[in-house]
Amino acid sequence: MSETESLDSIQPQTDLGRRRLLMATTGVIGAAGVGAAAWPFLSSLQPSSKARIVGAPVEVYIGNLEPGQLTRVQWRGQTIGIMRRTDRMLEELPGLAERLRDPESSVADQQPVYARNVHRSIRPEILVLNVHCTHLGCVPQVVPEIGPQPFDSDWKGGFFCPCHRSTFDLAGRVFRGVPAIRNLLVPPYSFIDDDNVMIGMDPEEGAA
Amino acid sequence: MIDRIVSMGAMLLLASLSLQAAGKYGDLDHAGSNVFDQASVQRGATLFVNYCMSCHSAEFVRYQHLVNDLDLSEEEVLGNLAFGDQELSDYLLAAMRDEDAEEWFGVVPPDLTLTARSRGPDWIYTFMRSFYLTDDGWNNTVLEHPSMPHVLWELQGIQRAVTEQREASGGEVRTEVVSLELDQPGAMSPTEYDRAIRDLVAFMEYISEPAQLTRKRLGIWVFLFLSLFTFISWLLYQEYWKDVKK
Amino acid sequence: MAKPAINFSRPFEVVNDWINERSSIAEFNRKHLTEYYAPKNFNLWYFFGSLSLLVLVNQIVTGIFLTMHYKPDAELAFASVEYIMRDVEWGWLIRYMHSTGASLFFVVVYLHMFRALMYGSYQKPRELVWILGVTIYLVLMAESFMGYVLPWGQMSYWGAQVIISLFGAVPYIGDGLVEWIRGDYFVADATLNRFFALHVVALPMVLLLLVVLHLAALHEVGSNNPDGIEIKANKDENGRPRDGIPFHPYYTVKDIFGASFFLLIAAFIIFFAPEFGGYFLKPDNFIPADPLVTPDHIPPVWYFTPFYAILQAVPDKLMGVLLMGAAVLILYLVPWLDRSPVKSIRYRSWMSKLALFIFAVAFIRLGMLGLSQESSTFELRFWTFLYFAFFILMPIWTRFEKTKPVPERVTH
Repeated sequence: MSETESLDSIQPQTDLGRRRLLMATTGVIGAAGVGAAAWPFLSSLQPSSKARIVGAPVEVYIGNLEPGQLTRVQWRGQTIGIMRRTDRMLEELPGLAERLRDPESSVADQQPVYARNVHRSIRPEILVLNVHCTHLGCVPQVVPEIGPQPFDSDWKGGFFCPCHRSTFDLAGRVFRGVPAIRNLLVPPYSFIDDDNVMIGMDPEEGAA
Repeated sequence: MIDRIVSMGAMLLLASLSLQAAGKYGDLDHAGSNVFDQASVQRGATLFVNYCMSCHSAEFVRYQHLVNDLDLSEEEVLGNLAFGDQELSDYLLAAMRDEDAEEWFGVVPPDLTLTARSRGPDWIYTFMRSFYLTDDGWNNTVLEHPSMPHVLWELQGIQRAVTEQREASGGEVRTEVVSLELDQPGAMSPTEYDRAIRDLVAFMEYISEPAQLTRKRLGIWVFLFLSLFTFISWLLYQEYWKDVKK
Repeated sequence: MAKPAINFSRPFEVVNDWINERSSIAEFNRKHLTEYYAPKNFNLWYFFGSLSLLVLVNQIVTGIFLTMHYKPDAELAFASVEYIMRDVEWGWLIRYMHSTGASLFFVVVYLHMFRALMYGSYQKPRELVWILGVTIYLVLMAESFMGYVLPWGQMSYWGAQVIISLFGAVPYIGDGLVEWIRGDYFVADATLNRFFALHVVALPMVLLLLVVLHLAALHEVGSNNPDGIEIKANKDENGRPRDGIPFHPYYTVKDIFGASFFLLIAAFIIFFAPEFGGYFLKPDNFIPADPLVTPDHIPPVWYFTPFYAILQAVPDKLMGVLLMGAAVLILYLVPWLDRSPVKSIRYRSWMSKLALFIFAVAFIRLGMLGLSQESSTFELRFWTFLYFAFFILMPIWTRFEKTKPVPERVTH
């Protein structure tokens, strides 16, 4: 409706400053209200308190884990692999640095500080790894044998992801030239005693 | 004009409808419990796990909830409120198995999570204080011939009924319980016992709707915000409607 | 020469033009907002239409989020509602917004309908608007009934049992019909599952379609007003009604104010009295459904109680059901029962005023009687009689009553 030919029932005011101010105030407060009201709805999509408690730490007995054997457990819906590596496997690790993208584990959030070493673990022989591929989340196969493989002619043992052919060594470090660009994730964990490991809890601290 | 009077009348009737009390159980004592009194709810929790949970469950409540809502540490909850190897992720389940309960009492004791909402706090409060011993065992003035014995008799003591012969409207004479008398005192004085039950009711009110703790606190802020918005939008409405010729 | 100013509104205009060249959004805006002329004399009663729309939006949004957590399974439904109340972040708020919204929906719809009766908003040329409105009300009843079953508490279960059994009154096919509706030989998982599908998918779609049609029909003929004057009958030289004002901005700002005041009341209930003394959420519905234990008393939710009272007023099952159905369906006939030359109650005689007043009292009183178990049969029949008398006698008093002259222009 234009100002010049106003309706019979309307007599537009000339001073519009107050009107604009009130419109802006209503708009801002209204938008704040809608924003505040949206929060509970978006928030309700987060993991519920039931889902969070299912994500509580998991205790695993590793006393019967043979050298070279990998066992898998579920923690927060993720597959966690626990492997007792042999001395031979550990000896291969330092020599691979040239072929790895991040041999020093320099991406901080890929492992807790206590696993930021060449074997990426608290105890050198016990590897605790979130075995979901850092590319698109598939679970790689463990190929511990040393020797030529279809995907790598100079294979020293490690993980091979069948989805998109990413490869990792036996410390979960990613090789160069594969789709994945990050090392496999080391979850927080601690040892209760020699034979029991607690996944999801840092040493000397509460649940992660 | 008349339509305004009609509307007023309709509104008033509607209001009177909403004020009509929904008295369902007759005369109950007022519990006076306060779900915001954390100490009271904590004491109630102790009573609940020690006495009620021998037979009853609260199947929708986890120990973790108590940690979050009652300002207790994990150790306090696991040490004082949970038994054996219970974990925080466990629900507050009865010690007794359902099959055993059915054999011993004839019924499975009902779950108590929502009793404060289905029966109301006043009902629980009055019920727990209205057991009396007869020659045939425990009876209760709120719920006649309950399957449940008086679990707290050691605390309350033993009450007996004072009866009176009364003539019902049909002319038949019936024996009615007019009051209860403490026959043998328990470990608590009547005042202490009432307070303990009030604590228990506060805890049961809490477990029936844990959200009420947040709900009422947050409600004040929402109400204030909407009051402000209503005021501003009223100003805006008045401003625009200056244009409209009367 | 002035420097070329940077025009910040330019990109907006470009997008705007681009859209307008390809759609009729601008025309839609003009037709339904900036050049939809509404009478300037709307009063308090005219808030309830837009408020109904607001509640509908609330029900849809909260409903979508509840559906993400609710489980339509007789074994899991009750626990999943408690899961929403306890474990889902803010689940309690979303659930209370939905349950309170259901009751408030009927509050605003009943007031909206009463407004129509008061000002003759169903009269020619608005019969179609009224018919679509009554249909919305019918669908809303089905929608809310099925929603009430979903928490699977004692009241959900036994309420479903009673209401579905009403269909058993149909001669010959009654028993088969009841089984077909339940999908089992008693109210069971199958019943819950189909009610869920109808409540969250089928009926909301029907409801939305009907609301669009209701508004389209209204905008075709224009709004009525408390004076019952056709503002289109008096237009200025530009063809615009002299007593009309553009819906936007005048009624949008007014409705924003109305909506915020309504939200204030709604928020008070949601945060401080979500059970509303047992009227919105019944105590017995906090006990899980148990096919073996019938509650002492199974009253419907408050918005159905007037019709439940009419059902109880008749000693015969079939007749009771028919009368109850008639009590709702008779609303369809109102545009033709009313023979008055004037629309608004303002220009009618004491007869119309008294009749509408008695009708309102009868409806509310029936609602109160339907809640109670011990209502006297006499009183039930008395108010049922008055309820129907309002409709049946309407052609008589509206034809003979002496109406007042209706002014040319709207008054305030």
